[in-house]
Amino acid sequence: MSGDPIYTEMIIEYSRNPSNYGKIEDAHIKRHDSNPLCGDSIDLYLNIDGKKISDVKFDGKGCAICMACSSVLTEMIKGKSLEDIKKFEKDELLSELGLEHLIKTSPVRIKCALLSLKALKYGIYSYFAENMNDVESAGNLKEEAANLY
Amino acid sequence: MIKIQANTYSLEEIRSHFPVLNRRVRDDKRLVYLDNAATTQKPNQVIDAITDYYQNHNSNIHRAVHALAEESTEAFEATRDKIAKFLNIQNREEIIFVRGTTEAINLVAYSWGRDNVEKGDIVVTTEYEHHSNIVPWQVLTQETGAELKYINIDDNGELMLEQLDEYLATGKVKLVAISHVSNVLGTITDIHNVIKKCKNVGVKVLVDGAQAVPHMKVDIDNLDCDFYAFSAHKMLGPTGVGILWARKDILENMKPFQGGGDMIREVHKYETTWNDLPYKFEAGTPNVADVICFAAAIDYLAKIGMDNVRNHEIELTQYALEKMSKIKGLTLYGPQDPQKASGVISFNFNDVHPHDVATIIDKNGVAIRSGHHCAQVLMEKLNVAATNRASFYIYTTKDEIDTLIDSLEQVAKVFKL
Repeated sequence: MSGDPIYTEMIIEYSRNPSNYGKIEDAHIKRHDSNPLCGDSIDLYLNIDGKKISDVKFDGKGCAICMACSSVLTEMIKGKSLEDIKKFEKDELLSELGLEHLIKTSPVRIKCALLSLKALKYGIYSYFAENMNDVESAGNLKEEAANLY
Repeated sequence: MIKIQANTYSLEEIRSHFPVLNRRVRDDKRLVYLDNAATTQKPNQVIDAITDYYQNHNSNIHRAVHALAEESTEAFEATRDKIAKFLNIQNREEIIFVRGTTEAINLVAYSWGRDNVEKGDIVVTTEYEHHSNIVPWQVLTQETGAELKYINIDDNGELMLEQLDEYLATGKVKLVAISHVSNVLGTITDIHNVIKKCKNVGVKVLVDGAQAVPHMKVDIDNLDCDFYAFSAHKMLGPTGVGILWARKDILENMKPFQGGGDMIREVHKYETTWNDLPYKFEAGTPNVADVICFAAAIDYLAKIGMDNVRNHEIELTQYALEKMSKIKGLTLYGPQDPQKASGVISFNFNDVHPHDVATIIDKNGVAIRSGHHCAQVLMEKLNVAATNRASFYIYTTKDEIDTLIDSLEQVAKVFKL
């Protein structure tokens, strides 16, 4: 295979042994999302301590890209503050796995890569805006989630 | 070598009629197109017909008296006659042009369903339906308070028809909506048996023939169902053309699906009388160009002969099943008997997600479908998120199936299987 690689050692390894895979019982935030056309389907679980992510896990079924990106995302956001999440861009996640090229080369597979990030932004938004009634803290996360791909 | 009977085209000739099959894709790889259950490629005969229409005849139909309008109307109606002949339909006015199978089924669900299905009634469908033959019935039954029941599939991917007997025995079934051929498993429904059971107790049958008409001889008169739906683009024709066939007596008693031009006889300020069949159900300017060039697709298939189409697919499926059943870690879904299925093979490869399989083999130019194939109910039943699906057609070669199989080795290598 040539061109920009997708199936790197790292992606395969993460898809075989995903990080932070599993459930958090009674999580503060549980967000389900799926890509209707390809069958990726994940649940993201988050615990919030003040305005920090104190714990995060995910589970579900998905392709190697979805599994790897969800793994890396959970690793990257654990302990991060709400403000950090608001600033978190998709490029940060994609470049961690060398998948920036997907934005241009594969409008289909980019959805696999960003599914968990979308779930994260929506999840945090609804936690603050709806559960905590704190629309200010929730900020633009909903719009950001909607415009990810 | 594959046997396409003499007096028709050879496989080589067939392939030469499809310009896209010469395409190189990705890194200059020969295109191996195995996604025919999604849509088929189009031969020059069809492509030329649409060009000819727009270059020489383009006009609206059924109204104006000028030369182009007459030519277009004649060609448009000629397709209706061609379909009647191709499928042994006795009354041409029972053939309604719609956008596709989905619209055909929705037309029935809205126009017939809302006047004939009420609280307490049952609509029966199956676990291997496409979403287009599930969702309209969910909407209808939820709206009316009727109940939706499923005929389950067994481990071979065949319907457990004894469940149909149980449902029919309740005396509450108003309609059985069922695929002639499963779009995921390729399973050919024992459709004559289903229709006979329903007819015996006066229950209406809608057949989704989207995966049947392109692949085998279908005789509507002989089938004796009530509604039959299919799409042009899965049988060499253009997208945006579908056909709903329904019995005249049923259509006459149905209200129109959409109101507008062409479907009326007289319009006054507060009342309208409907046009005759089939126009009562063809509101607005139809897809004139594509309906006209669909005739070229029917001619093409008729020239090959549907028995030859079917035999070619049986031979390919046999070949593919023999080879694929020997691949370690490969799970096949659906009937393993080519006589019981159309040219569709659904599979999973070890625990590699189908999207990863499809992306990797796409680099070799191999186009298959991966996903849930608009059949999530079936995916749940099979307990998988998705499958890979390779589907064949008249131009598919054994050599292409070999390329698919060789490409799977690439997947094994990438995933270190």
